[in-house]
Amino acid sequence: MTRIQEHTFDAIVVGAGGSGLMAAVQLAKQGNLRTAVLSKLYPTRSHTGTAQGGIGAALGNMGEEDHWEWHMFDTVKGSDYLGDQEAIEVMCRESPEVVYELEHMGLPFSRTEDGRIAQRRFGGHTSNFGEAPVRRACYAADRTGHMILQTLYQQSIKHGVQFFDEFQVVDLLIEDGSCRGAVALHIATGELHVFRSKALVLATGGYGQVWEITSNAVTLTGDGMFLVARRGVPLEDMEFYQFHPTGIRRMGILITEGVRGEGGILRNNDGERFMELYAPNLKDLASRDVVSRAIYKEIRAGRGINGERYVHLDATQLGAEVIENKLPEIADFCRTYLGIDPVTEPIPIQPTAHYAMGGIPTDVNGGVVGMQGESVRGLFAIGECACVSVHGANRLGTNSLVDLVVFGRRAGVAMAEYCRGADLEPTSEEPAGPAREELEALLSTAGKSGENAAEIRREMKELMMDNVSVFRTEELLTEAKVKLEELRERAARIAIDDPSRAFNLDLTEAWETRGMVELAQVTTECALNRTESRGAHSREDYPDRDDENWLKHSLAVARDGATEIGYKPVSITRFEPKERVY
Amino acid sequence: MRVTFKVYRYQPEVREDAYFDSFEFDAEPTDRVLDGLNHIKWHLDGTLTLRRSCQHGICGSDALRINGVNRLACKVLIGDVGSKVTIEPLMGFEVIKDLVVDMDRFFGHYRSVMPYFVNDEAPPDRERLQSVEAREAYDDTTKCILCGACTTSCPSAWSNPDFVGPAAIVQAHRFIFDNRDQGSDERLAILAQRDGVWRCRTVFNCTRACPKDIQITKAIGEVKKAIVTDRS
Repeated sequence: MTRIQEHTFDAIVVGAGGSGLMAAVQLAKQGNLRTAVLSKLYPTRSHTGTAQGGIGAALGNMGEEDHWEWHMFDTVKGSDYLGDQEAIEVMCRESPEVVYELEHMGLPFSRTEDGRIAQRRFGGHTSNFGEAPVRRACYAADRTGHMILQTLYQQSIKHGVQFFDEFQVVDLLIEDGSCRGAVALHIATGELHVFRSKALVLATGGYGQVWEITSNAVTLTGDGMFLVARRGVPLEDMEFYQFHPTGIRRMGILITEGVRGEGGILRNNDGERFMELYAPNLKDLASRDVVSRAIYKEIRAGRGINGERYVHLDATQLGAEVIENKLPEIADFCRTYLGIDPVTEPIPIQPTAHYAMGGIPTDVNGGVVGMQGESVRGLFAIGECACVSVHGANRLGTNSLVDLVVFGRRAGVAMAEYCRGADLEPTSEEPAGPAREELEALLSTAGKSGENAAEIRREMKELMMDNVSVFRTEELLTEAKVKLEELRERAARIAIDDPSRAFNLDLTEAWETRGMVELAQVTTECALNRTESRGAHSREDYPDRDDENWLKHSLAVARDGATEIGYKPVSITRFEPKERVY
Repeated sequence: MRVTFKVYRYQPEVREDAYFDSFEFDAEPTDRVLDGLNHIKWHLDGTLTLRRSCQHGICGSDALRINGVNRLACKVLIGDVGSKVTIEPLMGFEVIKDLVVDMDRFFGHYRSVMPYFVNDEAPPDRERLQSVEAREAYDDTTKCILCGACTTSCPSAWSNPDFVGPAAIVQAHRFIFDNRDQGSDERLAILAQRDGVWRCRTVFNCTRACPKDIQITKAIGEVKKAIVTDRS
């Protein structure tokens, strides 16, 4: 970190998953713009690649009628009416054309007998405003995300996008309400680089690593979120975090909802199809929050398998052909990690921390919006780290991929337009100063005595799993708040082992740990503050949804360990809130 | 079970030569080898350096030599490799630090085969149609996660760094046999060059190494045949 190299671009994309690459491709297609993509991984390692089941678009390819208005209704209802309807309308209207665009980029979707994009059922997706399940999830076997990531990376290469692989952004140059670039650590050398830009988009993904059982990659540490939070930008709706019902027991690896979409059934220790009790109409295909709560209730009632904290996902009635052809990755996971064959044996599952509905507040073009609705010039956010908000209090399956590509595309176009009308703004004389100071201080702890970052993470993850997960109470959340403050103080005293500059992942993981504790704190504060139950936020001490007081978004700003919470209204255009039953 | 991990170490800022370190600890047979490596990094020696991300065989970050065989550390259970496990970086690439190798040449070869869809005709309003059978023709090679396990197990790639290697050919295959694509003449011409497919001596190491069970040697054979018959 001695030498500091400088670069100047028109546009910078931070993160190379589905949304970041979609934005990059759009920027490259606009021509005459210098664009760079920075990723702390090689782009193809990004977590979009693990998405399995499908991307929702009302194409109606399966001999069933479908309309984007129905997709919109399902998304609004799935969000427990907290999603902004203006944004949801944009997403569901544009979803079919973006799916076609992906196909035109070569994406190898599975096909119907007549050669069209194949579609399958998914939780919460219905025809005619909630009547019956509809086949809306466009899929490529059970590796839809892998194919989206690969296709967009391929197109980025084709269009000459410039990549900085294994460059980890460690600070944002936000001054006087505008973003002027970023500071990144070149992992291979340990050197800091300053990237100046007119427009910068954060596409850094989620923060599932805050919880013990998670489907998220070990690298999903919420970097983009805590970086903007440290610069005084609020985070929206952080109390809404999705637990996917079907993670592999103990490991948290995702088993796609597509298994239930193809006919898989959840069963308790008595072999009962318990979802019939909790969601008489859609049963196993109810929304994820509903299914995760049902599983927790079954376990609490002693009906987990052998009385333990898991239930079965039974896919045995699907038959070998469906499993091998439509769900090959799932079969592989079961055989590799569980030593079982899903064709003949049920899969042991438990809810797994999966997706942040909340994040950096943006408008429908990805533009970041501050506490008073003011725009942060030159700063954009897309994908899981952003909150448009299209998912509200609970995201429907397939809609994360829709979100990535629809808003990735819109942000790319908007950034190009912004760049054409904007000048590079000056940065402070030593833009890398704060980041250098922070990292050098951490590096200087190498070999000294201090707190172990991994131990802090372990305690945080267990705490969040026990106290800030599917069911919450004031008591649990207050306890979490106190313990997280202790963890934050301990995180300031982390000492690392590795003194070297090149490829020091000991250093970057310690740095990420501090950020994650801050995100866990914001999540807990917002969960404590919201005294109602809505979507994924389920307060046992406030079991009902309270539209009168809480039909509004939370905006949290962290200042020196304290969290200030403000609000903004929900956009309601077509569908008035009503009771949510599946 | 009590396990011993013997791990290749190279810490150029601390000492010049490479060496092996041994770590002994308790593990469950159902733990992944990656869980063992994470345990070492997080609780025994924070200087141990390796790439990993998704931890379930999708992202392709953690291809390593495990007891002499190229595997993804997150797709091998400790119970399946025994209580003594030797971990080394992939062969044939420069080691940057411990288990981390320089993948630049690998991605350079990947880029050289036009690994992207080419079709300059104006697309229809909806999807281009493709039959189930036509989609099946290239299904296997769409599974590639670019982990490098195949290319770094290939004797031809070890002896000739300019050989594009099995992974790049797999990526080219995915487009050559996609009947929507129109870039195959150019792609086949690239692969017909000196350091293209003909460097493959059908040793089958790549097929055995692939964590996604792609029939790589077969795919390379199909590309060779397409070059000879001037047809994809």
